[in-house]
Amino acid sequence: MSDTTMTMSGSPEPLKFHVEGEHHVENGTLLGFWLYLMSDCLVFACLFAAYGVLGRDYAGGPSAAQVLELPVVAINTTLLLLSSITYGFAVLEMQQNRSGPMMGWLVITGLLGASFIGLELTEFSHLVSIGAGPQRSAFLSSFFTLVGTHGLHVTCGLIWLVVLMVQVSKKGLIPANKRRLMCLSMFWHFLDVVWVGVFSFVYLMGVLP
Amino acid sequence: MSLHPDLTQLIFGRLTWHEILPEPIVVGTFIVVALGGLALLAVITYFKLWGYLWREWFTSIDHKKIGVMYIILGLVMLLRGFSDAIMMRAQQAISFGHNVGYLPPDHYDQIFTAHGVIMIFFVAMPLVTGMMNFVMPLQIGARDVAFPFLNNFSFWMTVSGAVLVMMSLFVGEFARTGWLAYPPLSGIVSSPDAGVDYYIWALQIAGVGTLLSGVNLLTTIIKMRAPGMTLMRMPVFTWTALCTNVLIVAAFPVLTVALAMLALDRYAGTNFFTTVLGGNAMMYVNLIWIWGHPEVYILILPAFGIFSEVTATFSQKRLFGYASMVYATVVITVLSYLVWLHHFFTMGSGASVNSFFGITTMIISIPTGAKIFNWLFTMFRGRITFEVPMLWTVGFIVTFAIGGMTGVLLAVPPADFSLHNSLFLIAHFHNVIIGGVLFGLFAGINYWFPKAFGFKLDPFWGKCSFWFWLIGFYFAFMPLYVLGLMGVTRRLSHFDDPSLQIWFELAAFGAFLILLGIFSMLIQFAVSFMRREQLRDKTGDPWNGRTLEWSTSSPPPKYNFAFTPLVHDIDAWWQMKQHRYQRPLGGFRSIHMPKNTGAGIIMAGFATVFGFAMIWYMWPLAIISFVALLATAIGHTFNYQRDYYLPTEEVAQAEASRTELLAHV
Repeated sequence: MSDTTMTMSGSPEPLKFHVEGEHHVENGTLLGFWLYLMSDCLVFACLFAAYGVLGRDYAGGPSAAQVLELPVVAINTTLLLLSSITYGFAVLEMQQNRSGPMMGWLVITGLLGASFIGLELTEFSHLVSIGAGPQRSAFLSSFFTLVGTHGLHVTCGLIWLVVLMVQVSKKGLIPANKRRLMCLSMFWHFLDVVWVGVFSFVYLMGVLP
Repeated sequence: MSLHPDLTQLIFGRLTWHEILPEPIVVGTFIVVALGGLALLAVITYFKLWGYLWREWFTSIDHKKIGVMYIILGLVMLLRGFSDAIMMRAQQAISFGHNVGYLPPDHYDQIFTAHGVIMIFFVAMPLVTGMMNFVMPLQIGARDVAFPFLNNFSFWMTVSGAVLVMMSLFVGEFARTGWLAYPPLSGIVSSPDAGVDYYIWALQIAGVGTLLSGVNLLTTIIKMRAPGMTLMRMPVFTWTALCTNVLIVAAFPVLTVALAMLALDRYAGTNFFTTVLGGNAMMYVNLIWIWGHPEVYILILPAFGIFSEVTATFSQKRLFGYASMVYATVVITVLSYLVWLHHFFTMGSGASVNSFFGITTMIISIPTGAKIFNWLFTMFRGRITFEVPMLWTVGFIVTFAIGGMTGVLLAVPPADFSLHNSLFLIAHFHNVIIGGVLFGLFAGINYWFPKAFGFKLDPFWGKCSFWFWLIGFYFAFMPLYVLGLMGVTRRLSHFDDPSLQIWFELAAFGAFLILLGIFSMLIQFAVSFMRREQLRDKTGDPWNGRTLEWSTSSPPPKYNFAFTPLVHDIDAWWQMKQHRYQRPLGGFRSIHMPKNTGAGIIMAGFATVFGFAMIWYMWPLAIISFVALLATAIGHTFNYQRDYYLPTEEVAQAEASRTELLAHV
């Protein structure tokens, strides 16, 4: 704490009260984006909590063990985890200002993400077709909302990825674009972490007897 | 209509002609509002102000202007929210026995719902956010917030929510569920009309604005403080803004999820909160209060900050117990997440759970009490001047202490079982929200007005406003404590027992006094504007203030500080004055500034259309407006020229005119 006394005399040099010249403020984008991610994390926390409360309320409908297919999810999880790694490679290339290879890795990341979404949509439509849609029971409502919200985030990430690739190809790896790529990187890895939660909490624990 | 009925339904959803202006009272209101609105538009057009408003205000990314616009929004909505209040008071005062009053129950239910929603989301929140927006960057010696464009966008999203709520007055109806819309009442089975949908979309859209503004202000405080301003040298208002924004970022997502689930139940037929197929309505009540309790601290903490600034300034003393004030604020921030269940002790969680939440609730009164004592000790042996902000502060201390004590009473679960949902509860929370939040905001408006506009507010009408509000408050709410203790429950539009009537008449009289208080405030603004030359503040420091905002001119230049201040102590400006600081008269440099942009207001406009389309099931319009919203957002990211340099000459010119002004003091 700063209870400095306000003596007028005694100090050999008068205090300076303003910065001479330009004061550079640190860019807050990464911190701000991180704060946003934490709030998004709370969105998922609430959805997980809702699933925790409702996840066994089958209401006479199918249970998780009956409808969830682990092999499909295993492939899906692999795709998403791989896409995080490929995004990491893209960032490594970005740091060396090699936009060509970076774009290559971004394309691969996008394809992996799109396949993930494709598989998820297939799974959803299969569930709906066997009468296990989100209206069937509170369990299925919370399941579709939790997994679907994650999927929606990945879809947003894909749109963002495409937009950024256009911007990088137009403007190159200028600082603003690098900052944006880092934000998307955080977003992408964050979704990966959330998926590990979905995978363990919903799928693995769901098929337990 | 010559259109094919299917096509009509595709385009207009469930909106039909008889949804528009459904009730006679509303028709009258609509005529008044429409005439007023037309007059306003005519005046703006006549004086050719559209260009000025668009360039200087609507598209402005200056935190000071956005702060002012937030406060104007809050005050306008206060008039609407108060109209609801006085209608309810009038209804309850006359609706006894054979007299059913003038409001049918169906309309009455919309009014109390709209009153609560408007007062919390579109009065208190914009006023608090506006205050933080205007004051905080100046207090920390910054030139703007961390994300100036986002700030503009957040503001317009809040406006968008307010517009949707106002639309519900004339097109369709508002929710009849109470301000938190508990299911199953708010589910599609019990509330099939558009009311709850207005509620959901207005709050979701405004909520985006609130959350983004929380992220923005938090980043600003963490990253943009002037050199030397360590956390423990921040002004107390900035501290409370920090804690409030932490609460916003950590609480609003919960509201978003709760409302999204309710919306899914209503639109997609899911079963989160239904009474069938495993739905669990109690989960909604838990979620909504996990947001709702922190929300009341989001509102009160900045008010505490304002009182701290005002008390220190008008006692001409350093704030007593700065460190304890900071710790008390932080403790309240943390504890606000551990008390939510006290809103539904009667829901059957059991004795041990209720005890836990009863005790945590009572513990909150400890840091709050510490704050009250800090303000009292600041005044002790200070040179107090009873300017208007100080009057509000003293009025607050007395009133809030009463509200705090009834709060501790309600925190005792057995007592709560008989007081739950009674008028005692209504009296309690109005006691702390009016006596705490609103008094604080009025103190803040009177305190910082000269900083924003360059002239002080007229003290005579300010004092009238204060006394009408204070006395009106006691008349309006003390009878409700009595009624609540007698067991009268909330939200009733008719009573049989004639012995209760006198208390309701007293309460209605109190509401009338508050009306006079509001009128006095409007007169105060008008009179101050006309007398602005006499009330002019040339010094920039009309109250002999202590914090950095008073080191700038009134109003501050758009860059705030020509040179970034260096901070050595808690009351930075006070210390500068003690050291006879001379502001530099030369050596100015060009200043890096953000450019105005219309993207925020355009995106919020699309969001309003989207919300309206969703409310009325106009699916094609919803898709089109959503795509337009997304496209505008993406288009905006292709604009890399978002900043410019304010030339040295302009800075020098602005500073020279201030030098001249100071010479004439």
